[in-house]
Amino acid sequence: MRDQVYPHRDLLGIEGLSPPEIIHLLNLSDSYVELNRSSDKTSKALETLTIVNLFFENSTRTRTSFELAALRLGANVINMQIGDSSISKGETLIDTAVTLNAMHPDVLVVRHPQSGAVKLLSEKVNCSVINGGDVSHEHPTQALLDALTIRRRKNKIEGLKVAICGDVAHSRVARSNFYLLLTLGAEVRVIAPKTLIPSFLSNLGVEIYTDMREGLKDCDIVMMLRVQKERMVGNFFPSTKEYFRFFGLDRKKLSLAKPDALIMHPGPMNRGVEIDSDVADDFERSVIREQVELGVAVRMAVLKLLSDNLLEEKNKKVK
Amino acid sequence: MLNDNIEFTLYKNARILDPANSLDFLGCILIHKDTIHAVEKDLDKIKITKNTKIEDLNGLCVSPGLVDIRVQIGEPGEEHKESILSAVQSAVSGGITSLVCLPNTNPVLDDQATVEFVKRRADSHNMARVFTYGAATKGLRGKELAEIGLLSESGALAFTDGIKAISDARIMHKVLSYASTFNLLVVQHPEEESLSNGGVMNTGEMATRLGLPGIPREAEIIMLERDLRLVEMTDSRYHAAHISTSESVEIITKAKKKGLKVTCDTSPFYFKLNELAVGDYRTFSKLSPPLRNEDDRKAIVEGLRNGIIDVIASDHSPQDQESKRIPFSQAAFGGSGLETLLATSLDLYHNGDLSLLDILSKITINPSKLMKLDSGTLNIGAPADLIIFDPNKSWRIVGDNFISKSKNTPFDGMPSQGRVVKTIINGEIVFNSMDKK
Repeated sequence: MRDQVYPHRDLLGIEGLSPPEIIHLLNLSDSYVELNRSSDKTSKALETLTIVNLFFENSTRTRTSFELAALRLGANVINMQIGDSSISKGETLIDTAVTLNAMHPDVLVVRHPQSGAVKLLSEKVNCSVINGGDVSHEHPTQALLDALTIRRRKNKIEGLKVAICGDVAHSRVARSNFYLLLTLGAEVRVIAPKTLIPSFLSNLGVEIYTDMREGLKDCDIVMMLRVQKERMVGNFFPSTKEYFRFFGLDRKKLSLAKPDALIMHPGPMNRGVEIDSDVADDFERSVIREQVELGVAVRMAVLKLLSDNLLEEKNKKVK
Repeated sequence: MLNDNIEFTLYKNARILDPANSLDFLGCILIHKDTIHAVEKDLDKIKITKNTKIEDLNGLCVSPGLVDIRVQIGEPGEEHKESILSAVQSAVSGGITSLVCLPNTNPVLDDQATVEFVKRRADSHNMARVFTYGAATKGLRGKELAEIGLLSESGALAFTDGIKAISDARIMHKVLSYASTFNLLVVQHPEEESLSNGGVMNTGEMATRLGLPGIPREAEIIMLERDLRLVEMTDSRYHAAHISTSESVEIITKAKKKGLKVTCDTSPFYFKLNELAVGDYRTFSKLSPPLRNEDDRKAIVEGLRNGIIDVIASDHSPQDQESKRIPFSQAAFGGSGLETLLATSLDLYHNGDLSLLDILSKITINPSKLMKLDSGTLNIGAPADLIIFDPNKSWRIVGDNFISKSKNTPFDGMPSQGRVVKTIINGEIVFNSMDKK
C-alpha cells in the first residue's frame, strides 16, 4: 500500500517536507536500528527489487551505506561509478537516465557533482530516485540520520540549539540540516568565517556567528562540517593552522556549549583542521560513529518506503 | 594620597590642545610617571608637592603625540634605507609617538614571527611605539589570504598589501570578507595596476611635456569605486590610503553617506604639492600615487576641511641615493615624511584652511581610534605620549639634516612653520630640540 504520510515516489531533498513527513521517516528509521544490531541483520523485504547506486562523484561512505541498506533488505544492488565511463564518452545526463531506465531498475540512488542534477534525472525515469548528494544543494538521508541521532540521544529536536560549524557555503549536509532542523523547531546557528557563509543565508532562518566563542554558547548540538582543505587553503581561509585556531572544535571551545552537548560530524574528518582528536574521540560526547550506524537504518527505511510507494503506483497502472 | 617617591612633571603656561576632548586653552598639564594625571586651566587646582618638577612653557603648545599610520621601514631587509632604530629616532624628532609600519619588508610581514620580531626590535629602542600592519595576502602576491587572524593575535593592527593594491577583485572580496570575520580593518593602496603599470608621474600636460609615461587619475578612481562596491557587498571595514584626486574625495563622500564603514587618509604630499613639483625631473617628487594637478590638490584640502579625509599620514617611504639619483623613469617612488608631518600639516592652519584642533585630530585621535590605540589623547590616565611644539617657529626643510637615514623629501629647501620642541613618550623625554648643538 502507498504510504499515507509520505506518498511520494522520490526523496530528492528535505526542503518542502512537512514536519509529519519528516517525523514519519524518522520513526520508520528507528524501527531498523534494532534489526541492524541483531545477529541476523537481513530481511527479504525488497527481495525482488533492483537498486542502482548511480554515483557521478566518488563516494565511499554514502555508497557503502546505501549498498548495505539494500543488501540487508534482500535487494539486488548494482554500483555504477559513472565518472569514468559515460560522462567521459560525452553522454548527457538525460541520455544516461533514459538508458538506465530502459533496464527497469526500481530505485536509483544518485550522487552528482551538479546542484539540481538529481532532480532533472528523476524527471526522466520511472523508478524511485533518492538524492545521495548533489554537491552543495541537498543530502537528505544525511540530515535524516543526523536528526535520528539527535532524537535518540535528546528525545526531541524541537527547541534544541544546534550549531553547524564550518564550510556552510559548499555543504549539502548543512543545507539539508537547516531545512530539517528548522522544520522541526530547532534553533539553528551557523558558525564560520565570513568567506564560508553564503550570501543571504540568514533568510533561511538560521542565526549567523563568526566567533565560535559566541556561537557555541549554550548549544545542545555541535555539528562540525568537513573542510575541503585541498581546495580551500589560501582561498577561503589562510591556512589549516589558522582555521583550527579559530574554527576548529577543541576542548576549550566545546566548554562553552552545554555540558552535555553532543559532537557530530558527517565524516570524513580532518583531525587537527576542523576537529581536535581529543573531542572527536570523546565517547561520552561524540556521536560521530553512531551517525554512521544510524545512516544504514535511515537508508533501509527510505528504500523500503519508496519501493512500496513505487510498487503501488505500478499496480495502479496495470489495473 | 601622594607617595614621596612618586615623581610629577608639571608643564605650566602651556596651550593645551586636545582634539579628542575639544580642549584648546592656556593651562597646565601634570604628568605622573608614565601617565597623564591632570589637565587644568587653573594652576591652583593642581597640588604641587616637593616631588613635582615644574616647567614654564611660555605659551608653547602641548598636544598628544602624533600617530602616523603609514610608515615604511626598511627593517628587516633594507636597513640601509631605514632601520627600526633610525625610523623611531626620526619619528620622535618629528613629534610622532606611535607609528604603524607597512608589511612590505623583506621578508614580508605575513607570518607571526616577523611581526613579533619588528615589535621586539622596536620595544628594545624605547622610543616611538611601533605597530605593524599584517600582509593581507601571502607574500603580498595578491593571490592567497594571509593568516589574518593569527597575525592580528600577534599584534598586527590592520591588513594591507602595502604599496601594492590587491588587484584581483575576487581576492579583494575574500580579503574583505575574511577580515570582517574578525572585524579587522583592510587598508588599500587604491590603484588599478593594469592602468598604472609603467607610468612614472601623473598623466597630464606636464608628463606630456617631459615625455614621461603617465599614471592616470582614473587608476585611483576606478580602484576606489570597485573596492567600495565590494565593501558594500561584504559589510566590512575599509580604509583608502593616500587618496590624491578630487573624484576620490567625492567617492568617499558618497560611500560615507551610504553608511559604509569607510575611512581614508592623505599625505602632506597631496595637499601641499602638485605635479609641477616634478619640475625638471626631480626624482624626490616621484611619489606613489603621483602628485596630481592643482584642482586635485585643492579638493584634497577641501576634503580635509570638511572632514571627509579622516587622517593625515606621513606616507614615509625612505629611499637611498642609489634609488633616487638616477633618471626619473628608473628612480624609486616615495618620499621621506616623518620629520615633516607636523610642519606640513600646520601649513593648513597657517593658510587658514583648518583650525589647529582640526589638524591635530587628523594626526592624533583619528588615526589612533582607527587603529584602536589608547594614545592620541590627553585623557586623564592615558599614557603620557605628548609633544610640546611651537606652531609658529619658522625653519627650512633640509633633507640632509634629517635624522632618518634617507633624505629624499620632496619638500627639500622649502620654508616651513611649526616645530617640535620636545617629544615625550610614557612620561620620558625622548626628543628635545635643545639638545642639538
